[in-house]
Amino acid sequence: MSALFLARIQFALTICFHFIFPAMTLGTALIILISETLYLKTKDDNYKSITDFLVKLLGLIFVMGAASGIVMEFSFGTNWSGYSRAVGDIFGPLLAAEGVLAFFLESVFLGVLLFARKRVSPGVYWFSALMVFLGGHLSAFWIVVANSWMQTPAGYALTESGRIVLGNFGEAVFNPSTAVRYVHTVLASWVTSSVMVAGIAGYYVRRGLHGQTARTMLKIGVILFAVTPLLQLGAGHAHAIRVIDLQPEKAAALEGHFETARGAPIYVAGYVDEPNRKTYGLYLPGGLSFLYNFDWNSEIKGLNDFPEEHWPPVNFVFQVYHIMVGAGVALIALGLFGGYLLWRGKLYQNKAYLFLLPFLIPLPHIAHETGWIAAEVGRQPWIIYKLMKTADGVSVVVGTGEIAFSLMMFLMVYVLLAAVFVKVFLKIVRKGPAV
Amino acid sequence: MDYLQNYQNLWFVIILVLFAGYSLLDGFDLGIGALLALLGKNKEEKDILIHSIAPVWDGNEVWLITGGGALFAAFPQAYATAFSGFYLALMLVLLALIGRAVSMEFRAYDEARAGLWEKIFIAGSALAAFLFGVALGNVVYGVPLNEKMEFAGNFFTLLRPVPLWFGVTGFAAVLLQGAVYAVRKTEGALQERCFRAARVLTLLNFATATVYFVMMVLTFDDVVTNWLFYVAVLCTMLWLAELLFSLHRKHEFAPFWEASFAFVGLWLALAAIHFPHLIKASNDPMLSLTIYNSSSSLRALKIMTVIALVGMPVVIGYTIFVYRIFKGKTKASGPY
Repeated sequence: MSALFLARIQFALTICFHFIFPAMTLGTALIILISETLYLKTKDDNYKSITDFLVKLLGLIFVMGAASGIVMEFSFGTNWSGYSRAVGDIFGPLLAAEGVLAFFLESVFLGVLLFARKRVSPGVYWFSALMVFLGGHLSAFWIVVANSWMQTPAGYALTESGRIVLGNFGEAVFNPSTAVRYVHTVLASWVTSSVMVAGIAGYYVRRGLHGQTARTMLKIGVILFAVTPLLQLGAGHAHAIRVIDLQPEKAAALEGHFETARGAPIYVAGYVDEPNRKTYGLYLPGGLSFLYNFDWNSEIKGLNDFPEEHWPPVNFVFQVYHIMVGAGVALIALGLFGGYLLWRGKLYQNKAYLFLLPFLIPLPHIAHETGWIAAEVGRQPWIIYKLMKTADGVSVVVGTGEIAFSLMMFLMVYVLLAAVFVKVFLKIVRKGPAV
Repeated sequence: MDYLQNYQNLWFVIILVLFAGYSLLDGFDLGIGALLALLGKNKEEKDILIHSIAPVWDGNEVWLITGGGALFAAFPQAYATAFSGFYLALMLVLLALIGRAVSMEFRAYDEARAGLWEKIFIAGSALAAFLFGVALGNVVYGVPLNEKMEFAGNFFTLLRPVPLWFGVTGFAAVLLQGAVYAVRKTEGALQERCFRAARVLTLLNFATATVYFVMMVLTFDDVVTNWLFYVAVLCTMLWLAELLFSLHRKHEFAPFWEASFAFVGLWLALAAIHFPHLIKASNDPMLSLTIYNSSSSLRALKIMTVIALVGMPVVIGYTIFVYRIFKGKTKASGPY
């Protein structure tokens, strides 16, 4: 196996593992902010119990995210030094901005949330919850900016030596895909935490544990679970249109769409036969065209219009993308059903739904992981879309043996960490909120 | 061109400040980690020590993340060369940082294996502290580079005596940071033990720093004519002497600042001999990476300067605010 391939596998492993945790952090910070705001207003101790409980989980999640996040920052230099040399001018400032303008805020005030409930006034505590929420969301902003710049680069200039230097910082930051991808990413995190909180609270209510606190927590979780996947439907839709406009061959690969045509179909599920350039499966005729601009007859570019060496692995991205969409649709339906039960006043008695809720906790993770895989693999063979090939970004001095060693190391450590994380997470859940 | 040079010089200083800030702040929590078993004799004492750093260690580590980001942004060639060149060493650093971060949390909840997590916490803290110094020693002492700015050595290139001594010196300074911070946050018998440890570590730092400075004089030609080097030596030695007096008089708060200033002296000496280099080439001085041949464009440096000048004062402001919330002695009864 080549060093390039191993480096890609290592990046995929470490980023997929890392993203599990920030995906839980943002939404959990949101729910903490909601419950702490309600506590400040109503002085109802149930809200305080919910905050204290979620803060414990957040502490654990944050540690995992921070520890696995440092790996990512190092990895640009360790494994992708060619990329770092070429784009340090633009990519570096974005990462540095994330540290100075965002991650400090989140990390420093998280200390207050975790350890200073009794040391500060309720107002300062609420303010800290707000700062953790803001810091996390700003942090996500800069990271999504950095990634969006790789998808739709803007605000740059090329030097004679082939380096990519900063042209206009504002254009680089607010490149054409930043806004929609940021909303899509943040909502993914909100969905993830809504389901997590609803799942935990559902378990408590079904078992008759933690009384009113659990019911309040379930209510907050289910309301968000009903609303956020629906918002995500809009954001995902807007994002998909953006991809069709800005990265047409990626969009075509995601949909398994080869021949440029009017009235392009959309596949619900299927299989892409790449050598024969055909896609099989269950489809809705004209669906893709319709979703693009609500015209059943609009033209959608197909892969055949692009040189094959610029295609991503088509069937692979088709499959992961459709898993994401499937998981998303399931989440919308299940969330709306929960909202309906709450509205009808039947939520706390519906044992089947309450039983199901905890098992849904992995589902948003499946959606965001497959979504990111589709976004990143879908950009291949480019590391920066149409500017630089992934193969040119890899570190030339790092050999196959070294990467094989580090890959094994990360694999073993992450499997171990995941196991202990789940164990500790469940332990905190079993202990539950203090009433 | 002079205009660009001003920014390149400025960013050398900013990155030095970020890494020095990291060494002082994360230094004390790495130090407490490495000293955990020596300072804490039972579970209650170890709990106090860990709780003293629990609310702040993550913010401290952001200094490293920001320093790394700043290096990437301001001097991408140096970032790329060092991080890819020191690959295996940095993988060990990551392993150590991951281990110590999660072990603090896991130790509290995974009681069956609390002892194991404690060992990982100690080993991770010590290994990271030591390896940072070795890595720094290598870029200062010089490593073989090729004409494409790529590292041309191997893992064992990094393990030469001079860089290793940088590691030892930095490790000793980190241990001292940990001990003097523990003095601030503890009481009674535990504090007594921290005072004793701090005294021993101050003497150890006298020794390691003396060797560090003498080694610099012997290794680098133009050191003796550099006024900053003498300032650095005086800074470290005088503050270590002052620290010894403070510890003798059982001052609780001054030692942390005195140890920090002594540590700053080590950084100043490094800056004196290293500027304007980022990574010296040991095979041919012409191949060295300097702030002038490795930097980003003027535009990027300007943007970064705005971000740093607006952002860092705010960061320092709320960091002080939060440290004040946690001032006073740490108790064993935990937040976990």
